[in-house]
Amino acid sequence: MDIYGWIELVLYVALLLALTKPMGLWLFKVLDPQGKTFLDPVFRPVEKGFYRLMGVDPQSEQDWKRYAFSLLAFSLVGGLLTYALLRLQHRLPLNPQAMGAVPDHLAFNTAISFTTNTNWQSYGGESTMSYLSQMLALAIHNFTSAAAGIAVAAALVRGIARSCSKTVGNFWVDLVRLHLYLLLPLALVFSIFLVSQGVIQNFKPYTSARTLDNGAVIQSIVQGPMASQVAIKMLGTNGGGYTNANAAHPFENPTPLSNFFQMLSIFLIPSGLTYYLGKAVKHQRHGWAVWGAMTVLFLGGVLVCWGAEVHGNPRLHAAGVASVPGNMEGKEVRFGVFESALFATITTDASCGAVNSMHDSFTPLGGLVPMLDIQLGEVVFGGVGAGLYGMLIFVILTVFLAGLMVGRTPEYLGKKIESYDIKVCVIAVMVLIFDILCFTAWAVSSKWGLAGLNNAGPHGFSEILYAFSSTTGNNGSAFAGLTANTPWYNTTLAISMIVGRFFFIVPVLALAGSMAKKKLMPESAGSFPVSDPMFVVLLVGTILIVGALSFFPALSLGPIVEHFMMIKSKLLF
Amino acid sequence: MNELLSEFRASIVSTVLIAIVFCGAYPLAVYGIGRAFPAKADGSLVILGDNVVGSALIGQPFSGAGYFHPRPSAAGRGYDAANSSGSYYGPLSKKLIDDVTARVADYRRENGLDDGTPVPADAVTSSASGLDPHISPENAHRQAMRVATARGLTPEAVQAKIDTNTEGRQLGLFGQPRVNVLLLNLALDGKR
Repeated sequence: MDIYGWIELVLYVALLLALTKPMGLWLFKVLDPQGKTFLDPVFRPVEKGFYRLMGVDPQSEQDWKRYAFSLLAFSLVGGLLTYALLRLQHRLPLNPQAMGAVPDHLAFNTAISFTTNTNWQSYGGESTMSYLSQMLALAIHNFTSAAAGIAVAAALVRGIARSCSKTVGNFWVDLVRLHLYLLLPLALVFSIFLVSQGVIQNFKPYTSARTLDNGAVIQSIVQGPMASQVAIKMLGTNGGGYTNANAAHPFENPTPLSNFFQMLSIFLIPSGLTYYLGKAVKHQRHGWAVWGAMTVLFLGGVLVCWGAEVHGNPRLHAAGVASVPGNMEGKEVRFGVFESALFATITTDASCGAVNSMHDSFTPLGGLVPMLDIQLGEVVFGGVGAGLYGMLIFVILTVFLAGLMVGRTPEYLGKKIESYDIKVCVIAVMVLIFDILCFTAWAVSSKWGLAGLNNAGPHGFSEILYAFSSTTGNNGSAFAGLTANTPWYNTTLAISMIVGRFFFIVPVLALAGSMAKKKLMPESAGSFPVSDPMFVVLLVGTILIVGALSFFPALSLGPIVEHFMMIKSKLLF
Repeated sequence: MNELLSEFRASIVSTVLIAIVFCGAYPLAVYGIGRAFPAKADGSLVILGDNVVGSALIGQPFSGAGYFHPRPSAAGRGYDAANSSGSYYGPLSKKLIDDVTARVADYRRENGLDDGTPVPADAVTSSASGLDPHISPENAHRQAMRVATARGLTPEAVQAKIDTNTEGRQLGLFGQPRVNVLLLNLALDGKR
């Protein structure tokens, strides 16, 4: 754990902290239908044009059910579009490599994967997808699913902030404004930066190179419109790689600087949303307390993962491999151990899922961190929007538990928390846990589940547990040795993605509706303080206890037992 | 019912409009502005005469004794730049340990190292992408004697080439010191 790593970590957190307020203020303007920005002269007419063609009255608002219906209808249309485009890509233009139609179960899995902001990939991008499929069928969801996630978070925050309101905003207005004023400018600027670092952006067929050592060996080099897609896959915490190796591919992530800003771009919007929360509920210190809890969990994960990877694999050291710099299997030289561990923690704290190293080849404890990050609900900054609404579920559970402890009716920011609210929170949390554990159990006890394993023993179990955690959590990263491109996995993982996205969003919107209806009461001396260190400790504790109670037994069968086998036995699998 | 239909109208129209702006205009704009960096936007290709010999960002296979060797690659049958991939072997995988043990023996034999000498980790492990263009400076240093012998150069001359082709940390902080294998080998051939 060298000094460069420590400096970079401090710099990362400092920059994130510095960007949180400006990002939050910008989000506050974007999520206010009347908000004024310096981009209005350009985008205001476009925005109005969108509403007119869509037949939407931007002045009207929706109750939570209508808001949810709009979101579900919009997601359905986008998912069907992707399925159709993938099935037909061999007949469509912009296909210089003559990629064939995507098989039905893979197209189904992929359409759901991108619609749900998961970007799980049962395929290798550069060997499966045409340029049109990349740009349109896939990248459209990098924008739309990100905007939809932020919209849900905004609806929940409005529900908390408002008093005696029937409505929580207008989904269409949120959607259009987030696209135009937030995602487009950020993605454009970031793409240009990425091209300057070496990320490709062209429409040429793959290049055939005669290699230097032996000119008879032809290397076919991937090409395509990559930078535009990479920028939004990070900013929108989608994570679906243009190529199979994702952000480890030298074209997707060519330099340590592109790597640093890709890591920053993952947390940028989620971190800004904590400031947006504080401003919207007029309790800025609460926003910072949530940010603080996220940062504590983030740093804990980074340090464990980094430490484990620096420590490396003693079995390899015994085989004659130098023990410094640590575990390099599945890592790139330009990033080294620290930047790989940092990226792995960030991408799984958020629901991004892009990877710059192969989590499957991490040491057991190094690989436990990304898996646990996902299982905790991706509330550590989390996916765009999804991180905040997931965290607010835990905030309400924390307030409820604290209320039970002192024997008072729990109250959050002047709103009474009642049994209905707790029920929807618990449904949201439990459904995910149930989905992950049940599908994992089914997989390890069925021949279809075991057929896809690349590793035997506890690591094989980890591959399966990680796959269902990742898809249910809408993360999309993988212990990628698992051969998931089979009808059984494509179907069960797709179901997990739907459950993880929509069986979470609908309860969240129900909570938003319930909170909006409540009357705001002035804070009293008996109100539970939600901005002091005690609150941060309770919140972190609640998240860890729920996560640990749910997943400790499963983790014991995977990475934990594997760790002890690594250091105490000579077993191999 | 009409109200619900209007939601589907909004869904379909918004999807079409977003497709036009975000999947058409936006990537084209990035393409257009990206022409300010044509070499980079087209893949940092290395061109000798009429031939593309590779990309400065993409590793390629080298096995001749007079060339520096890249890391082991799990992309396709090795350095397949249309099939990026890691090995996905877990830490207790028998295949991983067997592969690495064999590579350690080969590396020591090729480079005249004693049995006890630790081998640089990057020299015997697969990268994440299978296309890693870099090796560590230690790895290059360990190969210098072999390359010098094969080319009839002094080890100092080869080490000097390594040093001029070693990239430091970006901005003095980010990433790891590293040597680009293709560019170093081109320099040895006097083609760069």
